[in-house]
Amino acid sequence: MSSLDVLRRVRAVRKDYDIVVSAMGAARDWMALGSHPRDWVFVPSSMGQATALGLGLALARPDLRVIVLGGDGGLIMNLGSLITITAQQPANLFLLILDNGVYEVTGAQPTPASEAGRANAPPVDLAGLARASGFRAVYRFNNLDAFTQELEGLLDARGPVFALLEVAPVPDAPGPRSPGPAPERARAFMDALGRVDAKTRGPVDAKTRGREDAR
Amino acid sequence: MSAIFSGEQVAELLRECGFTHVVTVPDSTLGQWESAIEETGMRLIRVCREGEAWAIAAGLYLGGARALVMIQCTGLFESGDALRNVLHDWKLPIPSFIGYRSYLNQDTLPGDTCLAFTEPILNAWQLDYRLVKEPGDFELMAEHLRASLAAGTPGVVLIAEGKA
Repeated sequence: MSSLDVLRRVRAVRKDYDIVVSAMGAARDWMALGSHPRDWVFVPSSMGQATALGLGLALARPDLRVIVLGGDGGLIMNLGSLITITAQQPANLFLLILDNGVYEVTGAQPTPASEAGRANAPPVDLAGLARASGFRAVYRFNNLDAFTQELEGLLDARGPVFALLEVAPVPDAPGPRSPGPAPERARAFMDALGRVDAKTRGPVDAKTRGREDAR
Repeated sequence: MSAIFSGEQVAELLRECGFTHVVTVPDSTLGQWESAIEETGMRLIRVCREGEAWAIAAGLYLGGARALVMIQCTGLFESGDALRNVLHDWKLPIPSFIGYRSYLNQDTLPGDTCLAFTEPILNAWQLDYRLVKEPGDFELMAEHLRASLAAGTPGVVLIAEGKA
């Protein structure tokens, strides 16, 4: 599977109320497919923190689905976030991890979790780590058709959900470029999410309603 | 060793300031406040390592909640890149309480290098902090927190502690 093909499928089923957090190579490819006011393109980022930021969003806005698009390199930089996430059990958080086995944007060096990055040891079972951490559902895909078939059901399930997507690295892939000044983008993103009622943690404005209202 | 402020004092201040979440890794001092904070109805989010705390607090803030990061100075050292990104790249006004290990005594860790590095690192990260070191400094803490929230800046309260 290619990262772009996977992300095209995600874009095709993404609802208007969904928040999509993307980082590193996933952000580069997600931006290439278009933009949405509720996209949090995490560029610049602190590598590994996309899952944590997604958790914060999911807890603040339980009425919205939060989809995090990250990579295996970022995930292994912050494996503890899997445990932090499952400790909170956000029903609306979905991690889609693009696993290409390399640090793609720095020149495709192998990660220490990949077979090529380990000394006579098998690759680390990242999906197994998610399962052991307590995700409600864990998926692993290496086939685009299977992913396409399962995707909508996966995103309608009760979270937290973890899906590992085995994708091919892109040779000579550039890193993601910031699409604009970060503080301004943060303000625009908050505007797109709308005001929140302090007690219910739900939206105040009808136009910013989340998935419960959209069904 | 007891903390210079009680859990009830701290929890009431946070409640009054409108915090909804406290993102934390405990130490011997900060950990004493957890139950009082939870009793106010604020949600405590326990993270595995401090870098996560800044990103989670950022997500909470972007989503309309109000979060405080509460970690020890050792966690501040660990979490530099995450706070750089959240506070400086994105300019999100996430306030924090930082425990200042060994400031009041070094009984358990004689020569603790936290004393050498904590304040220079806060300065290096260009963080506006106030050091509170005795019970009478509670109002100084409260004023700095309120002022930071009103100004939309990421104020830090550096809380003197007595042991690791």
